[in-house]
Amino acid sequence: MNIHTSRRSFLTGLIVAVTLPRLARAQGRAGYFDQLPASGTEWVPNAFIRVAPDNTVTVLVKHIEFGQGPYTGLTTLVAEEMDADWSQMRAAAAPADVEKYANLALGMQGTGGSSSLANSFMQMRKAGAAARAMLVAAAAERFGVSADQVTVEKGMLISGDQSASFGELAEAAAMQTAPDDPAVKDPADFTLIGTDLPKVDTKAKTNGQAQFSLDVYRDGMLTAVVAHPPKFGATVASIDDNAAMQVAGVRKVAKIPQGVAVYADNTHAALKGRAALGIEWDESAAETRSSEQMVEEWTAAAKAVGNSAKDWEVEATGDVDQALTGAEMVEATYVFPYLAHTPMEPLDGVIELRDGEAEVWMGSQMQTGDVGAISAVLGIDNVRLHTMLAGGSFGRRAQPDAHFGAELAEVAKAHGPGAVKLMWTREDDIKGGYYRPLTVHNIKAALNADGTIAAWDHAIAAQPIFMGTPFEGMLQGGPDFSAFEGASELRYATASHRLRWAQMESPVSTLWWRSVGHSHTAFAVECFVDELLEKAGKDPIEGRLALLGDDHPREKGVLQRVAEMADMSGDYGYGVAVVKSFDSYVAQIAEVEDRGGVPHVRRVWCAVDCGIAVNPNVIRAQMEGGIGYGLSAVLYSEITLEEGGLVRQANWDSYPIMRIQQMPAVEVEIIRSAEPPTGVGEPGTPPIGPAVANAWRRMTGKALRRLPVIPVPVA
Amino acid sequence: MTITFTVNGEERSVDVDPDTPLLWVLRDELRLTGTKFGCGIAQCGACTVHLNGVPRRSCVTPISTVDGSQITTIEGVSGAEAEAVQAAWTAIDVPQCGYCQSGQVMSATALLQMVANPSDDDIDNAMAGNICRCATYVRIRQAIHDAARTLEG
Repeated sequence: MNIHTSRRSFLTGLIVAVTLPRLARAQGRAGYFDQLPASGTEWVPNAFIRVAPDNTVTVLVKHIEFGQGPYTGLTTLVAEEMDADWSQMRAAAAPADVEKYANLALGMQGTGGSSSLANSFMQMRKAGAAARAMLVAAAAERFGVSADQVTVEKGMLISGDQSASFGELAEAAAMQTAPDDPAVKDPADFTLIGTDLPKVDTKAKTNGQAQFSLDVYRDGMLTAVVAHPPKFGATVASIDDNAAMQVAGVRKVAKIPQGVAVYADNTHAALKGRAALGIEWDESAAETRSSEQMVEEWTAAAKAVGNSAKDWEVEATGDVDQALTGAEMVEATYVFPYLAHTPMEPLDGVIELRDGEAEVWMGSQMQTGDVGAISAVLGIDNVRLHTMLAGGSFGRRAQPDAHFGAELAEVAKAHGPGAVKLMWTREDDIKGGYYRPLTVHNIKAALNADGTIAAWDHAIAAQPIFMGTPFEGMLQGGPDFSAFEGASELRYATASHRLRWAQMESPVSTLWWRSVGHSHTAFAVECFVDELLEKAGKDPIEGRLALLGDDHPREKGVLQRVAEMADMSGDYGYGVAVVKSFDSYVAQIAEVEDRGGVPHVRRVWCAVDCGIAVNPNVIRAQMEGGIGYGLSAVLYSEITLEEGGLVRQANWDSYPIMRIQQMPAVEVEIIRSAEPPTGVGEPGTPPIGPAVANAWRRMTGKALRRLPVIPVPVA
Repeated sequence: MTITFTVNGEERSVDVDPDTPLLWVLRDELRLTGTKFGCGIAQCGACTVHLNGVPRRSCVTPISTVDGSQITTIEGVSGAEAEAVQAAWTAIDVPQCGYCQSGQVMSATALLQMVANPSDDDIDNAMAGNICRCATYVRIRQAIHDAARTLEG
């Protein structure tokens, strides 16, 4: 049993400098404009901004855009400080270059922890302010006035009856000295931040022009698919490629560390060739347990926590054991399945090798790690990575082991010079692991006579995510907080509290899934506290407010707001949950109908406090989407292993997810705040599950403690 | 095998394996990349095109079956309904990642071509085959209603 009592959250964990020895070698040091249309006449005030003679301002966005809005958000920050006109603003992907484009919360280039806007807030504003100062200096020279006589409005520099656009002054501004530490605006003077500016990428995503990795075609390019082991931990024993090589269009079959790659002239031939492969697998090290067996083992481990060398004591205050002794105990066990992310665009990428260099197009969420892995496989330092738009991620593209980049590089290495596209199919995606970990919670509590909580003893059994990857150094020898974040730092008052983690092992690979630990800890904590309040005869909202005490004003703020918003007068069940994740606060109330014994969610009210709201429309969209994503998993989705270790699910017919007719109406309100902005990509997801489960329990008397609520029957 | 059909008003001939799904002919041969691959088994609708005016999942449509047909993709979709749908999509910023949206726009356009003022049930029926993993469903529904109102004038 390990004892660990220091507290940390996901982000503060990430701020600890990431030590990634194998990633340090190559960082894709391409000149940062060489992936963009070449133009010798553009003004480049700094690494983030280009001003063209046609008066367009392009912001190079260091974060991948897969729907969460950084192209619009970061561009807004620059436009605000430049006093630009929104119509002249453009966004483009910054190249992979950790020195210029590191996530300041991560110490490497990458996107995660709902940190894109938060870490960029001052950086992008300073970049915009610096460009503005140079434009003003250039205008003052041209107009023959002092700088303080120049005003800037909607992309025009004005003094008296003289005026010039950014584009007209770009060349002259380039001759000015960039200020070291330009002043940024007082938030009271914001004109763009806080408004519903139209998103910069909407049009191209409505007419088919947006370019994703799958849309990249290079001259002479082959398409490759890889046959992966059907069981986790299995490897290739032997290959019969005779039939595959007979398929018209198939060019090559090669064994790579990840499986067997089939290369063809087109996608159809590659898939047909893969289907014709005869492969024997060595399953001696493979996972052969069924997930049912794993649930039993995980449950036993959670209940017996404290007895194994693989158990960690994460937090302990007061004497829980004594408080539970002889008390009337409330106990609940919650079971959460493995979950696949299933972004709309499965993993894919294009790589082109030539003369000791590699050019790569992929929806890279962790550019520094991906470039490092590709470089290591190929043994070359010159790797140029183009970060493409990606068809969703929800965590799937943020790979601590850079497994897709490594596979892409292996495919290229086995092929040699030229271009190859590697595509995973939906079946590869769903059967391919990197799941939200299967997790079991066991919580015991004792109530005092007045309904306050005397003891809260929480045990979680789950596999780690960081451990065993290059990100492990971030844990500094401590436990993997991805397994219990959200159950730690319990916000509800309790006289004694203990949190323990039973570290489970399996060859089944795990990964963060939208909101990471909060995807299950919020469900367990918010359902359990709701049961305790019901047992004590207390109102779910007033009861929570009392337990939150005086130290959690922002949780209380969203809870009070959502209670005001919700119309709970219908003949339905109503449930509430409030969750802090990634430094944002979200409360939700769900209206749930009993449709023949299964819940149907009709309406959801959502209040969010994410500090300064840079683009309220994007925030509302992220809450709507986060609710849909969370609800989809809670109601319908699970990955299960049959006896022997094969994954049962293959595609969206066996791994059902939410469709339009199942989506509730959603109403979102944003708390006005002067605090620095915090994330919105993930925080909408955790509260919806417990809000729905609490509504269901209060309506039917049945607690939902095993997810999904509506599983697909096993054939 | 040579197959000839019309794509976005232009006659095209391809010489490919007759089993090849229309999706991969559009993408790999004709480089019309707006039509997306999501599942390959007609579960998600990301590959939706109009085949002789009717929405069709191109990922399960063998190219041999479209000889002589009229195909419209997101790159070529036009007319009052398509314009109203794309304008409504843009006005309320429906897309998030955007990958499914070509298919959503094609299905929504076909719905409005068939039903002038669709009810929520009509929308559910017409759009249930189009998955959006970002769950932009609230806005898809609103945008279809908005587009219908625009078309009514």
